[in-house]
Amino acid sequence: MHLNHIFLLIDWALFIEKLVLIIVVVMGSLLVAMYSTYAERKVAAFMQDRVGPNRAGPFGILQPVADGVKLFFKEEIVPNFSSKFLFILGPCLAMLTAMMIGAVIPWGDKIHLFGRDISLQIADVNIGILYVFGIVSLGVYGIMIGGWASNNKFSLLGAMRAASQIVSYELAMGISLIALLMITGTLSLNEMVVQQKDHWWNIFKQPLGFLIFLICAFAETNRTPFDLPEAENELIGGYHAEYSSMKLGFYLFSEYINMFLSGAVMATLYFGGYDIPFVNDANLVHNIGVNWLAILEGTVFFIKICCFIFLFMWVRWTVPRFRYDQLMNLGWKILLPLALFNMLVTGALILLKQNHWHF
Amino acid sequence: MGITQILFWFLTILALVAAIGVISSKNPIYSVLWLIVVFFAISGHYILMNAQFLAIVNIIVYAGAIMVLFLFVIMLMNLNAEAEPVKNVYMKMAGIISGLTLMIVLVAALSHSDVQNTIIRPGTSIGLIKNLGKALFNQYVVPFEISSVLFLSAMIGAIMLGKKDPVKKISL
Repeated sequence: MHLNHIFLLIDWALFIEKLVLIIVVVMGSLLVAMYSTYAERKVAAFMQDRVGPNRAGPFGILQPVADGVKLFFKEEIVPNFSSKFLFILGPCLAMLTAMMIGAVIPWGDKIHLFGRDISLQIADVNIGILYVFGIVSLGVYGIMIGGWASNNKFSLLGAMRAASQIVSYELAMGISLIALLMITGTLSLNEMVVQQKDHWWNIFKQPLGFLIFLICAFAETNRTPFDLPEAENELIGGYHAEYSSMKLGFYLFSEYINMFLSGAVMATLYFGGYDIPFVNDANLVHNIGVNWLAILEGTVFFIKICCFIFLFMWVRWTVPRFRYDQLMNLGWKILLPLALFNMLVTGALILLKQNHWHF
Repeated sequence: MGITQILFWFLTILALVAAIGVISSKNPIYSVLWLIVVFFAISGHYILMNAQFLAIVNIIVYAGAIMVLFLFVIMLMNLNAEAEPVKNVYMKMAGIISGLTLMIVLVAALSHSDVQNTIIRPGTSIGLIKNLGKALFNQYVVPFEISSVLFLSAMIGAIMLGKKDPVKKISL
């Protein structure tokens, strides 16, 4: 009787709509991550004047599938003397935290299907950007637990490096975000995009903040030049040294998903999200309808993200890895004061603007 | 029982089970992980009370930063069951008695407390960031600023304590 009552209270159309959206976003991020591995190898080949993978399928586009199948068929090894539960929990957590960021990103405005307006954002929570920040700070657990459970000194060292690196760079990242929030006055990612649609993109208002955020994003996703947790010539692979088979695949995959979603976050915060540049959206809706506009917006957003993914790869094959003390100096002595300075200047300018540019 | 109540009981049981896990696991690493589960359950309770900002800050600060440092230190210390000092029976008995006494005091204090003013009713929106910010910076601005000074001095103090004796400069 009671149970019946609950099931009647649930809005089933909303439930199904969100479920479909979640499946699409998760599958989409997995697909993008898969082809990011291919793109990475092609970009590396291009930078080093090689051909890159070209055996599996035309232009080697089946290479990620072949890699995935290979990883699945490898032998699974769980080292003795390690805690088996935590050893498996590590890659699961890394994957989970990587996926969770996709929930608050607005992938487009809305589509109109079956007489309903369907928002292309899974959850428009009013603390959107703080949610992203919270999930990013949890991302370190996958690496730390995996590194410790491997019962290997090098893995542990990699995990320690990851933890200290992520905690250090979170500070500068958070403060550069505060400056942005002072301008936008909202935490909701969707509202930020709507604001940028009508006015300038935030990159023009916060160039220094974006630069700090970008550097911190490199550090948080463990990409070169900040890939010290997995520095192979010092730590034989770091935190995933003991992993094999798909558990290793999960760690590698989560890095690419992180890259994709941090690109999405940066595009949303600073580059107008799904906003189509130089186009008045209101006119376009009249001409092509809501659904086509949503598809167009999604495509533009995806192109912006792809630019960021390319930037990540470009930097990887051009900038060498930092030394550990250089990493810490950059984080604490350069980025953090710079972010504080940026916040102060932003606050002063906002105050001046409120006073109509009089002191 | 509505969906809110089901979630409430689920989160409550989760929090209690995890809290028992914190004190009953032999390995300190597991204790830390259980404690993280407790923080998540409490954040869930905050969300049920419509205090989203508090919920996410609880996750960022406690689960995301403080527990990472806890885990960091415990992993480096490499504690295990063999290194655990054996406590004698009298100590255990004293611990049980003092714990029970504390429980009696707490129960006695809570049974006489006025419940009506302390419960945040669901539906109020003081936990949303806008209202919270306005309350903090208008009504409670002095305690807020004083506590920030306290935090600053605590941070500086930690750095001063963490530094070793300053190396005396050799004049050339």
